[in-house]
Amino acid sequence: MENENASVWSSVRFWRRSAGWVTGVSAMLLIFLTFDSVGQITMGTDDDLKNKITKRVPAPTVINYHIDYKMSQKRGHEVPVIGEKELFFGKNWSEEEARALLHLGKLTSQAKNCMNCHTLLGNGAYYAPDLTKAWLDPTWETLAEAFGGKEYAISAFLQDPAGMAMHKRRMPNLNITEDEAKGLVAFLKHMSSIDTNGFPRNFSKSVEQFKQGETNAH
Amino acid sequence: MLTSIKTNNFDGCKSKELGMMYFRVAIVLFGAQLIMGLIAAIQFVVPGFLFEILDFSVARMVHINALVIWMLYAMIGSVYYLMPDETGIETVGIGIGKLAFWVLTLAVSIVVLVYIFVQVGAGTEFSIWFIHEGREYLEAPRWADIGITIVVLTFYANVFLTFMKGKRTGIMMVLVADLMALSGLYLAGMFFTDNISMDQFWWWWVIHLWVEATWEVFVGALAAYALIKILGAKREIVEMWLWIEVLMLFGSGILGLGHHYFWIGTPEYWWEIGALFSALEPVPLVAMFVHVFYDWGKENGIAIAKGEKPTEMKNSPAITWILLNAFGNFLGAGVWGFFHTLPQVNIYTHGTQFTAAHGHLAFFGAYATILIAMMYIGLQGAHGIEKLKSTFSSKMAAILISFGVMGMTIALTTAGYEQILVERAELGATWNAYFTAQNLPWYIQAQAWRAVMGVITLIGFVFLVWDMLNIDKRKTQKI
Repeated sequence: MENENASVWSSVRFWRRSAGWVTGVSAMLLIFLTFDSVGQITMGTDDDLKNKITKRVPAPTVINYHIDYKMSQKRGHEVPVIGEKELFFGKNWSEEEARALLHLGKLTSQAKNCMNCHTLLGNGAYYAPDLTKAWLDPTWETLAEAFGGKEYAISAFLQDPAGMAMHKRRMPNLNITEDEAKGLVAFLKHMSSIDTNGFPRNFSKSVEQFKQGETNAH
Repeated sequence: MLTSIKTNNFDGCKSKELGMMYFRVAIVLFGAQLIMGLIAAIQFVVPGFLFEILDFSVARMVHINALVIWMLYAMIGSVYYLMPDETGIETVGIGIGKLAFWVLTLAVSIVVLVYIFVQVGAGTEFSIWFIHEGREYLEAPRWADIGITIVVLTFYANVFLTFMKGKRTGIMMVLVADLMALSGLYLAGMFFTDNISMDQFWWWWVIHLWVEATWEVFVGALAAYALIKILGAKREIVEMWLWIEVLMLFGSGILGLGHHYFWIGTPEYWWEIGALFSALEPVPLVAMFVHVFYDWGKENGIAIAKGEKPTEMKNSPAITWILLNAFGNFLGAGVWGFFHTLPQVNIYTHGTQFTAAHGHLAFFGAYATILIAMMYIGLQGAHGIEKLKSTFSSKMAAILISFGVMGMTIALTTAGYEQILVERAELGATWNAYFTAQNLPWYIQAQAWRAVMGVITLIGFVFLVWDMLNIDKRKTQKI
């Protein structure tokens, strides 16, 4: 078609150059936006938490605070609300301890292959519930008292999931140790404090409904 | 019959032989993918099936990893196969190419055995290095990551050096540029971070920029080659369209990455960017095929009008799969992707069976189909058949596999609707809401249909393998 040269629209050279330019410009824009996004999702610091500075992904020491997920009229969807300090497994975790615990939890979440049944931030498999706000799930409130706090309840469940099964579709025993379970609970609590732009939607409505005893269970 | 596997009529062309070696492993892994998928599908219906023996997480991990690996094998095989035709010379580093093949195959075997028999490790760096990384699609342990990188580098060096030495066609130019991006992107998924948002941010760089950008362009190049080879389509026209495809695919696909950044902790501006560019992604998917078939018909019309012999279809099974690719890519990646790409919809559909529905039809339509077509082109060459016709089993394979995958997609879409409306919209995504939706009769019914359709797909696969093994019998057929 180049030999005919009838129109620029049928010229290989024109389309090759256009493809190059469009690809190049898109890639540059993506790289520029990536710098901005990576900056915004870098973990905050312990001082940010102390000074009540909101970060999209807070520091590991967020496990020392009460976390909630509430409707924000300003943003039009639910956002994490980091409240007052609370004990986590009966203590206040230093920056170093919290970082180490979260590290253990994240490693365990990968080694135990959580993502191939559950979804994390909505990504993964769809065989088991989403874990984005698992820390805030009202299921744990019903067990909290018996175990002396919901972190203990979740930890006990993770160590014996088949034994504590609540549904026909059970979670298998993955040989999770007590320390690993603690790490996983910290990982889940940290994840629930991430600002996910309102995903999952209606979660807080569901929590209210659950508290009023409308369980929808079959 | 089995002796026909090693038959080749390539007149000493080693690159094509190497391509066939990759195809053979690819088809075996394809089978493994289907069997593991079927186990996982049964577990949705019968939750106790293989409980604590081969749990859903293991079956699903092997299912999606076998998928990615068989496609990479078939892609590498396709490149080794088409390179001598495009460049006009033998691939420069056959010895190193063969070595890389055996290293990769050994590594893949070890990885799969560890997945199935070790399954999970302790929460340590050791598990990440030697068992699996537990990151969907990128589960391969770190040692294998490094191995894969080295193997892919030797492959790329082979492609690049052959390209520089031989004839530089437009198809080769696209492949050389695309494969560089494709292999480089893998590096974005090779680090550990405690920050789950950061983790998924870079994870999507690999997954999205593979399957919605570089793989699509790769498929465009394969299709261009196949259409020239099978239909005798004009190279100028096909290559011009290939560049238009590259423009549209990268123009929409690169920034379309934004549609994975709606809810993982990343800023709100990705809502608009992701929605706009990903909504454009379907546009290029059907263009080239429509054009070439139209053009082919027109050329034939002119030839017949002049009283000349029209161009012939040289490989019917391959062209069947290429047609399925045209429609499958458009439906699976395009339509099913667009269904839930806008954030206003995606906030409800994200992480539901709807995603699984889209994933099944898109991977099949966009990639499995064209790679099966490439295998048929390879077999045609290996057996020196001038005109490869369809047989009963090749038709049954195409019909049953397409019907099975489409059926699974529709079943999963139905299950997805249930889940979206009940769990997400009505109740609101707590665990109680999740299980309420999972236990709805209509949901369970849809999952049962998915398993049935999975069986049909597997039967189609048996026909496919049977047809490929018996390809040499066609030599006696009248042309």
